Amino acid sequence: MNLSRKWLREFVTAEANDKDFAEAMTLSGSKVELTHDLGEEISNVVVGRLLSMERHPDSDHMWVCQVDVAQDEPIQIVTGAWNIHPGDLMPVALHKSTLPGGVKITKGKLRGVVSNGMFCGLSELGLDTRDFPYAEIVPAAILGDYKPLDKDKPSISADIQPGDKVYGPVVCAKVTAVTATGYSTYEVALDTGDGSAAVSTTCPNLHAGDLVAYNTKTNAICTLSDLHAEQKEFPHCIPDGIFILHEDCQPGDDIKPVIGLDDHVVEFEITPNRPDCLSVIGLAREVAATYDAPLSLHQPVVSAEGEGSLVELLDVETPAADLCPRYTARMVRNVKIGPSPKWMRERLRAMGVRPINNIVDITNYVMLEYGQPMHAFDYRYVKGGKIIVRRAEEGEKLTTLDGKEHTLSANHLVIADEHRAVGLAGIMGGENSEIVSDTADVVFESACFDGTCIRKGALALGMRTEASAKFEKGLDPMNTLPAVDRACELVELLGAGQVLPGVIDILNYVPQPRVLKLEPNRINGLLGTDIAADEMVRILKKLDFTVEGDQVTVPSWRGDVIGMADLAEEVARFHGYNNIPTTLMRGQTTLGGYSEEEKLERQLDSMCRAMGHDEIITYSFISPTAYDKIRWPQDYFARKSFKILNPLGEDTSIMRTTTLPSMLEILTRNYNYRNQNVKLYEVGRIYLPGGEDGLANESKVLTLGAYGSDMDFYAMKGVIEAILKDLRAADVRFEPCTDNPSYHPGRCAAVWAGSDCIGVFGQVHPLVAQNYGVDAEFYCAELSLDELALAKGPDPEYVPLPKFPAVTRDIAVVCEEKVTVGQLEESIRKGAKGLLKDVSLFDIYRGKGVAEGKKSVAFNLVLRADDRSLTAEEADQDVKSILETLEKELGAVLR
Amino acid sequence: MKEQLANIRATALAAFDAANDSAALDALRVQYLGKKGELTAVLKQMGKLTAEERPAMGQLANEVRSALEEALERRGSELKTKALEDRLAAEALDVTIPGTPYREGHRHPMYIALDEIKEIFIGMGFTVLDGPEVELAELNFDRLNAEEGHPSRDWSDTFYFDEDSRVMLRSQTSPMQVRAMDTMELPIRIIAPGRVYRKDEVDATHSPMFHQVEGMVIDKGVTMADLKGTLNTVVEKLYGKGTKTRFRPHHFPFTEPSCEMDVQCHKCGGVGCPTCKGEGWIELLGAGMIHPRVLEMAGIDTNVYSGWAFGIGLERTAMRRFKIADLRLIFENDVRFLEQF
Repeated sequence: MNLSRKWLREFVTAEANDKDFAEAMTLSGSKVELTHDLGEEISNVVVGRLLSMERHPDSDHMWVCQVDVAQDEPIQIVTGAWNIHPGDLMPVALHKSTLPGGVKITKGKLRGVVSNGMFCGLSELGLDTRDFPYAEIVPAAILGDYKPLDKDKPSISADIQPGDKVYGPVVCAKVTAVTATGYSTYEVALDTGDGSAAVSTTCPNLHAGDLVAYNTKTNAICTLSDLHAEQKEFPHCIPDGIFILHEDCQPGDDIKPVIGLDDHVVEFEITPNRPDCLSVIGLAREVAATYDAPLSLHQPVVSAEGEGSLVELLDVETPAADLCPRYTARMVRNVKIGPSPKWMRERLRAMGVRPINNIVDITNYVMLEYGQPMHAFDYRYVKGGKIIVRRAEEGEKLTTLDGKEHTLSANHLVIADEHRAVGLAGIMGGENSEIVSDTADVVFESACFDGTCIRKGALALGMRTEASAKFEKGLDPMNTLPAVDRACELVELLGAGQVLPGVIDILNYVPQPRVLKLEPNRINGLLGTDIAADEMVRILKKLDFTVEGDQVTVPSWRGDVIGMADLAEEVARFHGYNNIPTTLMRGQTTLGGYSEEEKLERQLDSMCRAMGHDEIITYSFISPTAYDKIRWPQDYFARKSFKILNPLGEDTSIMRTTTLPSMLEILTRNYNYRNQNVKLYEVGRIYLPGGEDGLANESKVLTLGAYGSDMDFYAMKGVIEAILKDLRAADVRFEPCTDNPSYHPGRCAAVWAGSDCIGVFGQVHPLVAQNYGVDAEFYCAELSLDELALAKGPDPEYVPLPKFPAVTRDIAVVCEEKVTVGQLEESIRKGAKGLLKDVSLFDIYRGKGVAEGKKSVAFNLVLRADDRSLTAEEADQDVKSILETLEKELGAVLR
Repeated sequence: MKEQLANIRATALAAFDAANDSAALDALRVQYLGKKGELTAVLKQMGKLTAEERPAMGQLANEVRSALEEALERRGSELKTKALEDRLAAEALDVTIPGTPYREGHRHPMYIALDEIKEIFIGMGFTVLDGPEVELAELNFDRLNAEEGHPSRDWSDTFYFDEDSRVMLRSQTSPMQVRAMDTMELPIRIIAPGRVYRKDEVDATHSPMFHQVEGMVIDKGVTMADLKGTLNTVVEKLYGKGTKTRFRPHHFPFTEPSCEMDVQCHKCGGVGCPTCKGEGWIELLGAGMIHPRVLEMAGIDTNVYSGWAFGIGLERTAMRRFKIADLRLIFENDVRFLEQF
């Protein structure tokens, strides 16, 4: 919500600079985002009066002008504009001046002639003709400026002379004199070759010596459109030029107050509970309370001297009463559509609303001032003199003011006459009842519609408007009448028409004023303050609450105040949040801490990092094609995912049931960035269907991912082993996993602890890598946190250190290639007779001395007894038993 | 004989001094003091002396022996010292050569920030809670006083899984307030960090998935002054002692009174600069006294109990903490970024 500080001054005085004002309002609850100084970018631009103008000696379209800017001497300015005449007042950007867009003006030479500044057009001041409709320029076609579209076929010959025919009754004429007769009206004397003519025109671009097209029949000088000419045929005859001022001002005056850019506009962030603050009056009330200043509100007074009976002319029905708590309307006859006055245009513009015409401007003005959206219909298009507020028919069509056609449903509320819809209630008027330049009779609608209905309707049509944004928050039904009266008052003030006596006012739902009990003790108890009851009453009264005894009546526009806590907030806002003391919590102490689950996560986190893995955070949602990329079969049960019905895009449309694609995406990104030796991890969730209440089973997964010269299957396995060791997991095994489609069938293992499968890891399948556009070996692991928690062993207990020395023996056995090291180790442990403390693999050899299809595997055995030093014989006996078992079970023989 | 002894003494001492290593010195020890050494040879001639000459000569011979032994000892120790010095000199390293690389992994910066917040609250007796991200609209909205029709419930703002708008991705961590009220014994002090989801396109400050930390206290006689005091303590721990804060009125459906808490801009000290957009303050979190209706819906007696709650955006906290300019870096996971923390 924008607020013009000049407009605000009409209601309340708050003398503070922008920064202090912003801070004070922010701290009382109306957050200020920014303050704009409308004229901030404009400096050293003054009003000038053109004294004389001569053609530039070296240019056919430039003028050398002498301008009075109230300095000792007139200054000289060179311009290319053609719409100026001696006596005109215009904005002059002096030497070392600034204009919107960071433009800086300094003196210089134009084709050798000194120019001490620049005349400004509307656009150079950041304005357009809607701000100053009177400054619109319609240029005459200057024949000397003519550039034929086709060089070989000019429509007007280059050496045309006065009296030569252009076409039909149009002949060439030469301007001999131009006399200004009023603002932008000129008396032009013409040489028509064989005679002369005197023509009156509004074309401002004529000067003695110009050749023009003169219509002898209508006695008029032709514009481009009269000649059906294109702009590019007359490149200098453009409908743009210097802004000739029609204001009460003198040479030398600062331009900013003259054109209304001396205002400061405050941009507020208004929270959705305070639609009343989406208005100048609403904010003025907050300002008055903040500064403890009087608020001077004004009661609209309507003379209503129009002739006719409103009741006879207009009938309103509200069959959809539930969606229309109140409908108020008045009528204005004999409307004269025209521009609204400067003060109104300035205020609208300051608030970011473009002026259009007096009637439309009045509706916008009242909406800004009262926060009540208004609509104006052209009465002649309200067929049957009847306005019906009803639900749209299914499939009913309506073209709105923006020219867009909409197909409506029964969820939309429309304003209709007996035959058709003429407006989308609370959103936008219909094109078929738009106020146009010949509108004579106007109906002003000031209504209150159901917020949810308007919000949903606007959303469904994708057209959230200023009006709908207000209605959707739920407006005060008591505001419709003052607002429509204010509009009518402005009509009379502007002389824009005759207001009919009487008001149509349908009240379907009259809210009873809410009365609350003022409980100062409870308020202080909630805030932790010691504010006197009198002070609370004072604050509430400043906000127009009525207080009698302990009964507080809430104003109709404060629908957000429903209970004690709301009153406490009002009190706190103006007592000052920062004046509430700060205390530490008392009461019963509680024991804080992490849950077991979180402790496990933290343990895993630090293990992963200790082993060089960086933590990542990935999105929980993925693309459905991710399952294809990791080669899951089409009918794989885990493809069943939570699907977002309104995703941002396909790529983020389903909740992942696996973290693998997320990890692969990040590995790929790093690979493409040419980052080397990357190791990553994430503790993230997967979302499996089938949870309670139709929610998901959200399980956590530790995902590891890595690639690089120091990464292979066994490096990844080492990380997993270290993690499991840190967790003191017992009975850990790794089993080949050949059927996981995402992993290399020969380089993938399932991780087991006892009878529970903890997860899977290995080299990512080359075809999966290929799907990610990568030709490197990626290694990943997916371990379930639930399973890791189960596998977690008990706290350690001290085991006495060995008192007796160990005996070590190295053995190398030859076995079939298919026999795994795991099988050999298991067999060794089985064969030992209680003395074996440790087995470790130290070599695998294939080649000379070992038969084809076989391998030699060497282990280091550590044997020890807890109660004595072993003899060599005892050790040898155990080794012998081990070797026998190896041979018997696996056919592995000592090499 | 006297001359012989003097001679041996002179030549031997000179030879010892000239010896360059302990091996040479050992050879000289044998040459002079060994069983077949020169001194021994001279002593063997003692028998030829008269009884009167012997004591004096014997004494002289002993003097020479002990002089030689002492010189050997000294020279031996000198040579040892020199040998050690030589060895150490030879073993000297270029200490500027980089050490053997050892690469530790890095905590994601956002979780560093989260850990700091968790620690502070745990120290104040808060329990850390975790909860579902696929959540019921009832808990995310209705139970938090954001009724049917509240704009944040729109399909343009929130992700839904069914046409009835019943199951959704939680748009805030606040449903954890309700879950805590429904399951925990009073008094309650919790924080609940986690992922939340809103329908925002990705840009430098927005992401459809981000993180919040919810906090809540319910007890007898809890006041807004407690809220201010607790949050001020947290901010001082996060941003340093003496960090200035201010509280501004705001609006949330589930708190009343509601506020936003700002910290004074660390860059300009409150004067106004580009970092704080000229305001001198930076918005940190939203908070307020739990709305009586929210407590009542959970069956908590508002005549006895009151509470306060807050929610803080983690990404923004981490970005401010580490001066990260673009939110996209958080989820891009480029190791060159991750390694910096």
